[in-house]
Amino acid sequence: MTRLRRYLLRFVGLSYLGVLLVAPVALVFYRAFENGVGEAWDAVTTPTAKHALLVTIIIAAIAVPANTIFGIVCAIAIVRHRFPGKNLVNVIVDLPLALSPVIVGLAFLLLFGTGGWLDGLPFDVVFALPGMVLATIFVSLPFVVREVVPVLREIGTEQEQAAATLGAGGWQTFRRVTFPAIRWAVAYGVVLTTARALGEFGAVSVVSGRLIGKTESLTLHVEERYQSFDYVGAYAASVLLAMLAIATLVAMTVFRPKDEVR
Amino acid sequence: MWHAAGGGIDDFRAAITDPQAVAALKLTLVASAGVALINAVMGTIVAWILVRDRFPGQSVINALVDLPFALPTIVAGLTLLTLYGPTSRVGVNVAFSRWAVLVSLLFVTLPFVIRTVQPVLLELDREMEEAAASLGAGSFQIFRRIVFPNLLPAILSGVALAFARAIGEFGALVLITGNLPFRTEVASVYIFGRIESGDPRSAAAVSVVLLVITFLALFLIGALRRRVTRHDATA
Repeated sequence: MTRLRRYLLRFVGLSYLGVLLVAPVALVFYRAFENGVGEAWDAVTTPTAKHALLVTIIIAAIAVPANTIFGIVCAIAIVRHRFPGKNLVNVIVDLPLALSPVIVGLAFLLLFGTGGWLDGLPFDVVFALPGMVLATIFVSLPFVVREVVPVLREIGTEQEQAAATLGAGGWQTFRRVTFPAIRWAVAYGVVLTTARALGEFGAVSVVSGRLIGKTESLTLHVEERYQSFDYVGAYAASVLLAMLAIATLVAMTVFRPKDEVR
Repeated sequence: MWHAAGGGIDDFRAAITDPQAVAALKLTLVASAGVALINAVMGTIVAWILVRDRFPGQSVINALVDLPFALPTIVAGLTLLTLYGPTSRVGVNVAFSRWAVLVSLLFVTLPFVIRTVQPVLLELDREMEEAAASLGAGSFQIFRRIVFPNLLPAILSGVALAFARAIGEFGALVLITGNLPFRTEVASVYIFGRIESGDPRSAAAVSVVLLVITFLALFLIGALRRRVTRHDATA
């Protein structure tokens, strides 16, 4: 009886994952390579596809380091310091997780667009790369902070105080004591940030104006190809993104905080 | 972004009482609530088999659970459209129907409950369950009286995250739902449509409503969570 129930649960759980997760993803790979690897390769090496990949890489290359540094500084400020409005900061950091990406895009559009508060900067923000970078930074903001904060709380301040009594300066303490303790959390946060930065669609879709060959990132390229009935192109670009996702997954498994691993 | 909604209270009211906007908001709310509930049940079951069961390939499955976090949402949408769309080879076509909304939202919110319940289940002391069994409790009774109350705060945290995600989801929905007004158009797609047609003011107004709904729901789930946690601590 117990065994029967165990198999039943296993069957229900695994079928759910299979139907919802494994089968669709496997099929996309199959579809992309259905007519041979050559055709898929041609589809991702068209000039617009290559440009889209470049845009995505530029965005990630700016957003990920920016959020890593911000994330570490912000986590230290939240855990180690007291300042007015600290609770507010704590809430605001989580805000991007609760906001629809479309709303984030709209906010940037209204802020930097024609007639917005920050309209009239010397360079274009909306419908240009800077806006896409800003939107991506915004949506991927919480990940490093959220991973580092609990670790900082848990390690406590004893070692940092010991370092200080031994004459270490602030930077030295951070470099020698604090950072080594939080580095895996930082790494995990960076992986999550990267995944989000590469895959962002909604916010970027709104602020970019989707100018093909100019402000089209790889995710926007997938949609544009699909809407133009170029399914091979859409699937091939999707597979490229899916492979990046799987690489992310492997990195996540490696860096996952140890207490979550079984 | 609030200043765009400040085009007078009448404009605001007109924008949010537009029948198409109301239909989109309603669909979003109902679908997200449904998704949150299904996640609560299925997420707990998957977390359970990942922690308490042993079977070959378990660690691969465990890693795969994070895939919806890693996979770009537009790819997720395309993925589901391939298997459950018009070109489906398994004979299931949910594209351009409300089922499509549900399926895509279930996909993108899959990891939340699993990942919040899993660590709690791991830490859970099995002695309590053994004690209950030795006192003659059946396995369903043990689950209901011992395991479930301990998992409930984690389930609710996961549900809150899943709900917030579902209510704002955009990328996974644009391809598969067909964005039919009054049928499959969710709030974020409606907002996007308003922006595209050069009407950012009503886009902002509907965004404000969506945000208020999200925060109210998160607040309610948070309050419920605090309640069950406190109850648990005093019992």
